[in-house]
Amino acid sequence: MSMETAVFAVCAVIVLLGGVGVVISRNPVHAALSLVATLFAIAVLFLNLGAQLLAAVQVIVYTGAIVVLILFVMMLLGVDTDDDLDAEPLVTQRIFAYLFGLAFLGILLAVILIGGEDAVTGAKSVTQAIAVDGFENINQLGRQLFTTYVFALEVTAALLTIAVVGAVVLSRRPKDLQPIPEAESMIDQGDEPLTAIGEEDAR
Amino acid sequence: MDSNLLLAYLCLSAFLFVIGGVGLLIRRNPLVMIMCVELMLNAVNLTFVTFGKMLDDISGQVIVFFVLVVAAAEVVVGLALIVAMARRRPDANADDIRLLRG
Repeated sequence: MSMETAVFAVCAVIVLLGGVGVVISRNPVHAALSLVATLFAIAVLFLNLGAQLLAAVQVIVYTGAIVVLILFVMMLLGVDTDDDLDAEPLVTQRIFAYLFGLAFLGILLAVILIGGEDAVTGAKSVTQAIAVDGFENINQLGRQLFTTYVFALEVTAALLTIAVVGAVVLSRRPKDLQPIPEAESMIDQGDEPLTAIGEEDAR
Repeated sequence: MDSNLLLAYLCLSAFLFVIGGVGLLIRRNPLVMIMCVELMLNAVNLTFVTFGKMLDDISGQVIVFFVLVVAAAEVVVGLALIVAMARRRPDANADDIRLLRG
């Protein structure tokens, strides 16, 4: 067994266990820690595939920024209670979710395994062939970002600006805060529906 | 790297994507739902890098960059929504948000 296969086997197990851990953890903090394990193993898989820069970015952006942001919001809101995983407000929703997952997995695996090497079609090395020397990786990525994909890069900058403005607008405290009324169940929803932010101002 | 290992990468991404999708459907805590979306995005990232390797093309890795940016923007807006929601009702889950109920 080659080194690459061994690394893949170890990381694949960590990825799958972490993914299952995110889904079945009752405590959201445990789910976030499982997510860290998954993201870190994926960073190692990136290294194994020869994407050195992406492995570094994966660790810095995902495990360093995004998960910490999620944990930060968790602490801010004081989420320390366990979720009730058995509650099922929509009858048979869970069964349909599992069925959907199995069907989708079957379709994906069928495409990959039946297709084999032909699973991905198209001409090879259209944009630029991946350099054999790993040190060239960051050089190539930077060159492509600022030549072939320069318009997409500019649109990305606009997207980030919009996201920041949106986050500020969404998280600003409205003047008169109305609590969301408690519903008895999903079926009994006879009480007044929640009013939107700003609706009181319009009256 | 032999093609069987690359196919194994694609299968792993498929498994991870489905785990994230099922988690998104069965969990009701909005924070966990965001984490499940992250799982699905990472599965797609792994697929892109593998495709780039199979086609010997650097574009597969460039696209992952853009996915990362979109994921970061999505998390920022999603967490802002969760904070705004938790301010009105601290222990609300996805089923309690029914302003758009018909």
